[in-house]
Parts: sequence; C-alpha cells; structure tokens
Amino acid sequence: MLDASEGYTTEDGRKIGGVVMEMKNITLRFGGVVAIKDISFDIRQGEIRAIIGPNGAGKSSMLNVISGFYHPQEGEVWYQGARRPQMKPYEVARQGIARTFQNIALFEGMTVLDNVMTGRIRQMKAGLLSQAIWKGKAEREETLNREVVEKVIDFLEIQHIRKTPVGRLPYGLKKRVELARALAAEPSILLLDEPMAGMNVEEKEDMSRFILDVNDEFGTTIALIEHDMGVVMDLSDRVVVMDYGKKIGDGTPDEVRRNQDVIDAYLGVAHD
Amino acid sequence: MFYREAGDFKTSYTDDSQTFPIKFDRYRYYVVLVSAFAVVPFVVNDYWVNAVFLPFLIYAIAAIGLNILVGYCGQVSLGTGGFMAVGAYSVYKLMTSFPDVSILIHIILAGVITAAVGVLFGLPSLRIKGFYLAVATLAAQFFLVWLFNRVPWFYNYSASGQISAPERSFLGVPVTGAETAPWAAYLFCLVFVVASAIIARNLTRGMAGRKWMAIRDMDIAAEIIGVNPLKAKLTAFAVSSFFVGISGALFFAVYLGAVEVGEAFGINKSFLVLFMVIIGGLGSIFGSFAGAAFLVLLPVLLKNTLVGGLGWPTDLAAHLEFIIVGALIIIFLIAEPHGLAQLWRVAKEKLRLWPFPH
Repeated sequence: MLDASEGYTTEDGRKIGGVVMEMKNITLRFGGVVAIKDISFDIRQGEIRAIIGPNGAGKSSMLNVISGFYHPQEGEVWYQGARRPQMKPYEVARQGIARTFQNIALFEGMTVLDNVMTGRIRQMKAGLLSQAIWKGKAEREETLNREVVEKVIDFLEIQHIRKTPVGRLPYGLKKRVELARALAAEPSILLLDEPMAGMNVEEKEDMSRFILDVNDEFGTTIALIEHDMGVVMDLSDRVVVMDYGKKIGDGTPDEVRRNQDVIDAYLGVAHD
Repeated sequence: MFYREAGDFKTSYTDDSQTFPIKFDRYRYYVVLVSAFAVVPFVVNDYWVNAVFLPFLIYAIAAIGLNILVGYCGQVSLGTGGFMAVGAYSVYKLMTSFPDVSILIHIILAGVITAAVGVLFGLPSLRIKGFYLAVATLAAQFFLVWLFNRVPWFYNYSASGQISAPERSFLGVPVTGAETAPWAAYLFCLVFVVASAIIARNLTRGMAGRKWMAIRDMDIAAEIIGVNPLKAKLTAFAVSSFFVGISGALFFAVYLGAVEVGEAFGINKSFLVLFMVIIGGLGSIFGSFAGAAFLVLLPVLLKNTLVGGLGWPTDLAAHLEFIIVGALIIIFLIAEPHGLAQLWRVAKEKLRLWPFPH
C-alpha cells in the first residue's frame, strides 16, 4: 500500500517523508533461542512508528538491534540510504540515534542538568586541554549546548528540578528526564522503550502529549514500544506487530486492529 | 544567616556554571587563596611547613588525582603508591639527566610520564571491574616498586639504592636540596596544588567529567548514549595518574629529598591516599582536601596533645594514635559514608536556613 521511495500523508494531515531506516530480514539468535526471525520493516522520516506484541515477542531485542547493542546474525540494517556496518553502541549513538530504556537508565549520582547535558556528547568536541583551562572552545561549547539543553528542559517542564540529583526524583519525573536526555541529542531517530510503563493514567496522558509535541515541534522520527494498546493506537502512524520473534502485522493502527493474526496473538486462539 | 544565596541572580549560563556560583562562597575562596599565598609564607616556620603544610599539600594533589579515578570514574585503584613512585623516579632521572632545564618542566614531565604508565595499567579496566580491577592495580603497585628496586638505572647505580634530589632553584630561589627555605618549598607546592585543583574542577564540571560520571553510574547506558568507554576510562586513568605523578615528584624532590622506594611508596601509601579520598568524599574536589587534611593533621594534633600537652611517653602516644585514628575512620564511615564533603554540604544546607529553619 505504500510506495517505497515517497512519503504519505497521515489521517491528521502530517506529511511523512522517505525511508530513514530499513531493517532487512533481521534474524537474531541467542544460542539456540531465536529472538527475532526474519523481520523486515522500515521507519520513515517524521512518523511515529510503534512496535507492539505480547511479552517475549522480541520487541526490546528489535530496539536493541536498532541501537547497535545487539548484532543480528542475519540481515541488514540500512540507515539514511546506506547499509550500516556492524558498529559499537556509542558509534550508533553518534550517528544520531538516541533512546530511552524500559527500566530507567539515568546517571543517579548526577544532577538533572548534567544528565541532560550528557545527551549532547555528539555535539561537544572540545579537547581535554581546552576543557582543563576552561577557556576558548570548551567554554563556548558549554554555553551553546547549555542553551539547547535549557530549551529541552523548558519543553518538558522540568525546570524546577534542574539542579536536583536524579537519584532523589520520583519515577514519573525520571522517565521525563530520560526523554529529555534523548531529546537533547537532537536525534534523527528517537527510540522509546516502553515510555509509559508503570505510570498512572494522568502520567500517561502527559507523556503521550510530550511524545506528540516532540514529533510535531521538532519533526523527530520516533520508534516506540508500548504495551498500552489505547496509547499505541492513538499515537502511532504505523504499527509493527511481533509475536514469538516473527512479524505478524504491519500497517496503520486500523489495519492492524482488523488483522486476524494480530487478534489471535493478543486474544489467543482455540486449538482443536 | 552566614550563608545566603538570596538575591544572587545569574544572567548567563557562564555565570551559572562557574565553580562557586554563590557570591559568599566565591569571596571565601578568594580569602583562602590570598591568605595562603600572601600571609602563610611569612609566618610559617620549619616545623609547620615540614610537619603540616607540605604533606597536606602534596597528599591533596594525590587525593585529587585518585578522586578523579575512583570518585568520578568509579574505577578502584590500589596502585597510587606505585604511580607516585613513577613520578618520583621520573623527576629524579630528568633532574640528573637535564640539569639545565627548569624544575617546573621536570615535574610536569614527570606527571606526563606517570600518565602514560597509568594508561598502560588502566588497560585491564576495559575488561574487569570493581574488586578485580583493584587487584589488577595492586599488581601495578608491587611491580613498579619491584622495578625501581631491581633496575639500577633508575637510581643512577647509587650504592645505597636510594635516590636523592639534587639542588635546583626556581626563579633563583632554591626549592629542592638542603638549602631550601621552608616558605619556598611551601609556595612551590602551593602553586601545583592550586593549579591541580582548578584543572580538576574544570574537567569534572565539563563534558569530560560527565562522561566519567556516566561510566561510574551506569556504564552500559553511558555507552548507548554515545560515551566511548575505552576513551573515557583511559582518560580518567591518564588525568588521575598525571596528578598522582606530580604529587610523587613533589613528595620526593621537595618534601623528603631522599627516598627509598619500598619505604616511601609502598602499599601503605596507596591505602593512605585511598582513605583520604573515601573519608574526604568520593566525587568531590573539596573532599580531597578535607581527607588529606584529616589524615595529615589528626596524627600531628594527637601527638602534640598526648606528648606535648599531657606528657605521655612517645611510644605509647604513637600506638594510641593508631588506635584513635583507626577508630575515627570507622566512626566516620558509619556516621557519614559520603565523607567530610557531604558533612560540609549538610552543614551548609542547615546554615542557609539558620536560625529560622521553617
């Protein structure tokens, strides 16, 4: 239904661009266990792409493949029109892929501001000597990047906890700080691993609003994993459904909702 | 009451990220600096310099160095004594091989050499963590001491196996050797301490420090957001060893004058500096000073009270000193595991609101 090269227009009228990232026949094995079996899908410029599936379907493994933490045994990852060679996670991050984690991975001993500033690693290149004397490039860079970071902090409404050590924050705020850190990197693809896990309805609403705003304001391409079906169906433009490491559905939320395989995977089928 | 930040507004990010963002702190820092440079040198005598100031200043540099590695980057090292020895022997070889070059350059070069050795022994940190890394650095400690004992080239084939610092002056004032005036040795070390503290502070408040702390707090997440763990850990080892090397060079050249490696830079030294860092506060530059002060001043103070004040025999006092210092370390770590720096922070929080806490 979709043209491979050109974009499409969503129901709410947003223009989605060409393919940013394409997974081609990815297979990932851990010893004898096959976590991902021959999965292909693409992520397009400016869209919100969801990956859903029951527990153990291989969603997080998929995200880890995208962020370079796992290396698939078979298949290719294409990013911005070129095949991505096998690289270390930090090299992937420097290509502009930022992510959040299912169970928050913030740096507990550092302040919120420092945590968000770490998101700017890709942009801050001053040498050790320049940083040691804190003059010239290092100081300029620090100030310039601080401005960007402050914009993100304003955007996510965490100004009041800027100087608080992350270890002291409640869960919901930590999730937001983690999003801030990923956003500060100004990523070309933002990966969110269960951004709403363990939140109450209000916090989920806030987080959904932030995700939509991020996509709207910065045009960031977002790929997210989420368990809450209501949230996924409302937020995303296209959905990949996985079950036991296989792709069983791919399309707009409405298409996916009508897909018999997806219904079977979620509700179970009678075996007779 | 004593401590306020009300009305102290920042209008730029540069202002906000300075070392002492609060005016009161900033002025207190200037007062300390001015008195350290302009008052203390005129009033100190030989005893104060040799028993108190020199060891305090030199250990403070070593503690700053170790704090970068252990407190900021989370890599435990028990090789500090060995790295100090590298600094000492480097400066000795440089002083005797190039007598015409300034001692200042020799000491900085000794730091650079130690940094290179530190990187070499830091390589295992890429594979091993925690206690296992501590054991690996312990190997560095024993290997380095053994090396300087066994290879005569390092001590210029002297019969005693000792190294002793030749006389060198800086800006026409002797700073090493027998002719050194107490104030000159003090000022010479003070310059290095202030420079080290400023550099360490700049590194730890900037991107380098954030990378180190990210590795310390959660290394996998750090790698996924773009920190190269190899580079971050090795720079921590390099910077840390640089400071430790400088402190070893000063310890030998300015403070002791003559050194036998096993005695001056044995495993005891590694533990002493590690205790300073832990008692002072991990991940705090101020803590490095506080820890060094605590472990240098407390024994002197105890000795003076027990022997000088109460007239007890010296040997009894010496044993009691061990007991008291040991007990205090334990009490301290139970009462405040985050060290003196944390106590200081809590005290400041309290003083902010005093006398109206509500």
